[in-house]
Amino acid sequence: MTTAPSRLRPRWLLAGVASVVVAAVAGLALGPVRLPPGSVAAELLNLLPGVRIDSGLTPPEVAIVTQLRLPRVALGLLVGAVLALAGGTYQGVFRNPLADPYLLGAAAGAGLGATVAIALRGGSSGDETASLPATVPVAAFAGALVAVALTYGLGSAGGRERSPAALILAGVAVTSFLTAAQTYILQSNVQTIQEVYSWILGRLATDGWHDVLVLLPYAVGMAIVVLLHGRRLDVMTVGDEEAAGLGVHPQRSRYLLIVVASLGTAAAVAVSGLIAFVGIIVPHTVRLLAGVSYRSILPLSMLFGGAFLTLCDLVARTVVAPAEIPIGVVTAFFGAPFFIVVLRTAKRMPV
Amino acid sequence: MRRTPRLVAALAVAAALSTAGCADAGRNDPGPGATSAAANFPVTVGSVTLAKRPEKIVSLSPSLTEMLFAVGAGKQVAAVDDQSNFPADAPKTSLSGFKPNAEAIAAYAPDLVVLSNDMENIVSALGALRIPVYKGPAATTIDDTYRQLDELGKLTGHPTEAADVVARMRDEIGKLIQDVPQRAVKLTYYYELDPTLFTVTSKTFIGSLFTLVGMENIADPADKTGSGYPQLSAEALLRADPDMIFLADTKCCQQSAATVSARAGWATITAVKNRQIVALDDDIASRWGPRVVDLVRAIVDAVTKAPA
Repeated sequence: MTTAPSRLRPRWLLAGVASVVVAAVAGLALGPVRLPPGSVAAELLNLLPGVRIDSGLTPPEVAIVTQLRLPRVALGLLVGAVLALAGGTYQGVFRNPLADPYLLGAAAGAGLGATVAIALRGGSSGDETASLPATVPVAAFAGALVAVALTYGLGSAGGRERSPAALILAGVAVTSFLTAAQTYILQSNVQTIQEVYSWILGRLATDGWHDVLVLLPYAVGMAIVVLLHGRRLDVMTVGDEEAAGLGVHPQRSRYLLIVVASLGTAAAVAVSGLIAFVGIIVPHTVRLLAGVSYRSILPLSMLFGGAFLTLCDLVARTVVAPAEIPIGVVTAFFGAPFFIVVLRTAKRMPV
Repeated sequence: MRRTPRLVAALAVAAALSTAGCADAGRNDPGPGATSAAANFPVTVGSVTLAKRPEKIVSLSPSLTEMLFAVGAGKQVAAVDDQSNFPADAPKTSLSGFKPNAEAIAAYAPDLVVLSNDMENIVSALGALRIPVYKGPAATTIDDTYRQLDELGKLTGHPTEAADVVARMRDEIGKLIQDVPQRAVKLTYYYELDPTLFTVTSKTFIGSLFTLVGMENIADPADKTGSGYPQLSAEALLRADPDMIFLADTKCCQQSAATVSARAGWATITAVKNRQIVALDDDIASRWGPRVVDLVRAIVDAVTKAPA
């Protein structure tokens, strides 16, 4: 298919929305504890003002639906959407098919920032259920930004022509360095080690609405900026000079998008830890299925990313229930084979 | 990049669990051998034979440290590990029971080393240095506590004091349990080891104490592997709806009735609604030494006050 980048097609938009709905319903209906689907539906309707249906659930069971599953599904949708959108953005900005929050070091940078914030706070806050201190997303953001700047700087040090390989190698080096620094800080702050590690392993906490509220403003802000830049990214794929000729400031857009995508990544990493693969698999799958225009890749990545992560989280919290698998394991385990299937079926990989 | 953190996390959990008493019991277990008559030296307990009274004991186990001091052998203790924080006059050092270093231990020239876990083959390492080692693994029943007290008494030359301590403990625990009011319906409980909802079943040492008091453990069905230390999901915990919650993570993880009540959805649990959240001392709750009596007392007090 050699058609020019096209706008978002309605049927794909519909499919994206449908996937989100399916993931949300599955995430709410299923869990380590089996609850009748009808009762779950009744309790969800009860959340609407003026509705009062007897679901037959005990108060703790109602809390399972409304206070454990609902915020967790919302968090899964948000984190997945942010990571996939950030991945799609990085790929567009760097014109590099392998760019994702992981490979560019943004996630490791955010991890280091968050670890420093948690370690400095010390183990004496006395209130762990209040979850992450407000400084963590800020510190994670700073870390992510520094990491991406480092990667970008190192990857382009060889000259004006950045090769994809140089950028990725720089990202690997930066990631290794930051991870080493993070491990060192953890080792010297043993009292917070467990807290930090459970976060590093990547998980959506069953922790009420706190994390959702932390992430929401970043996610919304990022989505608005990035989605408005879809056309610019399309124009930029033809080359900087041509783009400038078409009235786009490629460098300015590039910096803005890097900052915004890093901000989103940082916020997602701050609440959910390091979740791999979503940022690279989802945008490419969308690209292969629904066309190469960023005007369709970006919004669809957001929708499918949210749905994908919510379903992965469902697997993570049910397969070995009552224990949980780190969600990053699930995303890679299901994402990688699926991606290979898509890749082999589509037989092409334009960026 | 994530392998190392995961490994360390696993070790941290394993360490947390073994302090709580899930370490494998039995290997190199001296067994209930020698009789209490052998007050004089040489003395043999299981595989350990001492020619004369030990005067420079090194303890790598907080529970055994407490036992040594309880039987009157405190003055013979030369060094204890970094976790042995009771009694206050125990000679605490930087020695570690989890990462034991044979050379560091040998530097105290001990004539007896007592420990609970044979971490990193420390027993054979000390054996090569001809240092006698007594292993008192994590108790699985209260009788294990009594036996270890008895054996430590013999090894240190304080058999009668040890027998007194055991008799006093039996007596006090017996009285405490006798005073627990009978209930038509058993109270259910959840015992928290850490905020990630690791808990104990009734098959563990801690669980056996609650069974003595006539309580029912909500985690028993969740322990599919039979480890005795399952992890619960928040969902399973809410559905189980325990009548009482006991926190053994008040020091390690700063948990309290307030933090537990603030967890998402927990306000609906019977124990939270009725304010039946009992904050225990982590140290007392995770050791099987003489202060088990204090733990039983804390449980009995809470249960006695609990509404029907």
